[in-house]
Amino acid sequence: MAGKPKLYYFDGRGKMESIRWLLAAAGVEFEEEFLETREQYEKLLQGGSLLFQQVPLVEIDGMKMVQTRAILSYIAGKYNLYGKDLKERALIDMYVEGADDLMGFILMFPFLSAEDKEKQHAVIIQKATSRYFPAYEKVLKDHGQDFLVGNNFSWADVRLLEAILMVEEKKSDVLSGFPQLQAFKARISSIPTIKKFLEPGSQRKPVPDDKYVETVRRVLRMYYNVKAN
Amino acid sequence: MSGKPKLHYFNGRGRMEPIRWLLAAAGVEFEECYLETKDDLIKLQKGGSLLFQQVPMVEIDGMKMVQTRAISNYIAAKYNLYGKDLKERALIDMYVEGMLDLNELLITHPFQPADKKEQHFATLVDKATNRYFPAFEKVLKDHGQDFLVGNRFSKADVQLLEAILMAEEYKPDILAKFPLLQSFKARISNIPTIKKFLQPGSQRKPQIEEKDVQKVLKIFY
Repeated sequence: MAGKPKLYYFDGRGKMESIRWLLAAAGVEFEEEFLETREQYEKLLQGGSLLFQQVPLVEIDGMKMVQTRAILSYIAGKYNLYGKDLKERALIDMYVEGADDLMGFILMFPFLSAEDKEKQHAVIIQKATSRYFPAYEKVLKDHGQDFLVGNNFSWADVRLLEAILMVEEKKSDVLSGFPQLQAFKARISSIPTIKKFLEPGSQRKPVPDDKYVETVRRVLRMYYNVKAN
Repeated sequence: MSGKPKLHYFNGRGRMEPIRWLLAAAGVEFEECYLETKDDLIKLQKGGSLLFQQVPMVEIDGMKMVQTRAISNYIAAKYNLYGKDLKERALIDMYVEGMLDLNELLITHPFQPADKKEQHFATLVDKATNRYFPAFEKVLKDHGQDFLVGNRFSKADVQLLEAILMAEEYKPDILAKFPLLQSFKARISNIPTIKKFLQPGSQRKPQIEEKDVQKVLKIFY
């Protein structure tokens, strides 16, 4: 076996993107198999690889892991990005879950009707600027450290940077009221593994387009009529 | 400070129930502070206790923890219900995440608008019987052990029992095709801390009644 984790997903962000981010941040090389046809998906289903019939699927350390959070927690634990004790892990989990909730508003965005997209855009910005960014701004301000938890680079920092960049794609000046987050963004983006991931040619995926939406719908036969949350 | 964890939520299951289950399973006594009105929520928000302005919130070990998964992970690890190593934790996490997806259908059902309820019920039953229960039946069948992971009682067993019991409330014969889940249910229900939690008078919450749905919606919306 190659030893490199192998990711099974569409050639696009979706729920796999945060896994790509974390592996990249940890400096772990990984392979990808992109789902392009219904047949590929059915083959995975019939082969028994998908515990709950869903992707993401990541083959790692002899396991066929599904469920994004389970995969992320495993990677974070394995590569020492999960804090030094239970309490640090608790903080990391809280911060990651908050960022997840924010990214959840963006996840379904490409699948919405044009009218719902406009409404959702406003929701994303409102939640980011009135609920989530203020929370993280305060965390950084209160302890004055470079990283969110325990004065050490962790999964929480990776997740927050990912969320910031995704929201900025919707509104480029969204960080204007958040000086700590601006400095945080610059700092974390300069970490060598992250910097490499942010460069062209990395395995980071671009903003989802119509082709991505069409592929997901065709392969999964789902998400034809998605409503905003 | 009493030292007991203190749970802040409305007097009902919702997203706090898995945490009640886990604390009870671990034999940990806890206190509860119920939100009755929107003002109660606003007071908590203004007081700065809610990192993302939301409940559940649990005061535990000097922390004001929010986010259900974070709270649940902390309790599980603290009370040794999270496996013995990273790989066992990975299995527990995978199983629990699947259960939480099913749980989402179960807990949101009472809040569905009248014209969506029938469809939602059909989806709930379909997912339980064609996706989630078969997966866990197979796990138990493949290793033949009493518990889902590592031959030891864990958070995964607690969460599965909770999901089974809630699903049975919607469809009493929902485990008809799953003999191993039936014996799992009996076995886990007999664990002393769980047995106690299942008895009347415990802090386990009943399914929300129609008349209370509006009251809860008013707190949050």
